[in-house]
Amino acid sequence: MINYLANPNRFLNFIKPIEFSIGVFGFLFIFIGLYLSLFNSPEDYQQGDTVRIMYIHVPFAWFASFLYLSISIASIFFLIWRHPFADIIARSAAPLGLIFSILTILTGSLWGKPMWGTWWVWDARLTSMLILCIFYFAYIGISNAFPRKIDGSKPAAILAIVGMVNLPIIKFSVDWWNTLHQPASIIRFDGPSINQEMLLPLVIMLLGFLFMSIFIILINIKTNLIYKKYQSEILKLG
Amino acid sequence: MKPKSQRLIILFFFLTLLGLSTFLVLKSLEDNIVYFYSPTDINKKILSNEIDLSKRIRIGGLVKENSILKEGKKISFKIHDGIDEILVIYNGILPDLFREEQGIVALGKIENMNFSAIEILAKHDENYMPKEVSDMLKKNGKWKGKLN
Repeated sequence: MINYLANPNRFLNFIKPIEFSIGVFGFLFIFIGLYLSLFNSPEDYQQGDTVRIMYIHVPFAWFASFLYLSISIASIFFLIWRHPFADIIARSAAPLGLIFSILTILTGSLWGKPMWGTWWVWDARLTSMLILCIFYFAYIGISNAFPRKIDGSKPAAILAIVGMVNLPIIKFSVDWWNTLHQPASIIRFDGPSINQEMLLPLVIMLLGFLFMSIFIILINIKTNLIYKKYQSEILKLG
Repeated sequence: MKPKSQRLIILFFFLTLLGLSTFLVLKSLEDNIVYFYSPTDINKKILSNEIDLSKRIRIGGLVKENSILKEGKKISFKIHDGIDEILVIYNGILPDLFREEQGIVALGKIENMNFSAIEILAKHDENYMPKEVSDMLKKNGKWKGKLN
């Protein structure tokens, strides 16, 4: 299946009929999720209305990390099997991941000020998230640094793999060290420590982010494929 | 050997070394990465002279019940971690979440075995629930966390 779809033309044919519905799903889930989280979910016993920032902060943070994981896995495929399509996928996911990581930090700041009493602290969770954001900048910078884009693919892939060590650090920073950021609420051994009524809008938002991310990355993949074709046509013309 | 498997082996070694070196760096920097010390850590460090008392540090713990004293703008309270405790003296604005048994982080210096703070931040925990649920848990005596 993966081998079959690794061919750009077959891939484009495969996604053509489902692409639009993925976008519609993403939009619907985010729309319903936002409605539930802003208007139809309870206030937190401790944080009151401020807790509503969580419903966008958590999806941003999850998908910033998840997209980075996808980029580094695609980079491994590119480096070892030299498959050009893996490089296209990695490049196409990077801008979205960068935006998510920036928005994670911004929404986190807006949440931190009223709850903790500060916009920013250098604790392990916040710092490792900032490092993720810097890795995204570096990846995008390096992969586009050469006149022939393809020359940047290899160094960028190596960088993406180096940045992979940061991902477990982000996830477990709150368990390994004392941090101002609270520990995990959803993925933990004894089940989620978040009330059902508040978990539902969050899960819907996460699904919405999943579909929307796939949708946006598909558009980027198509753009990058067209650009690549264009570049090789130009080379042919000399 | 095929170049493919050669690359795979190189990558595997590279990742192992990278992971190991990151682990060693983080391990040795542990004291700088922790955002705050607990009262137990602090008392241990004072006893073993591991700490520079002239330097600013952060301590964190829960605000002890019935220990908050206010005199005008000056406020003093104890924070504890279930084992040890330390008296904090502070002169400034408290965060909204500040109350008994709430987790806080204070920045300041140790003076005469007390902690004189210049900034106090509130920690909130990883439990999210509506107010009715927390009230019900408290009423039924199933509340595990802080009472307020």
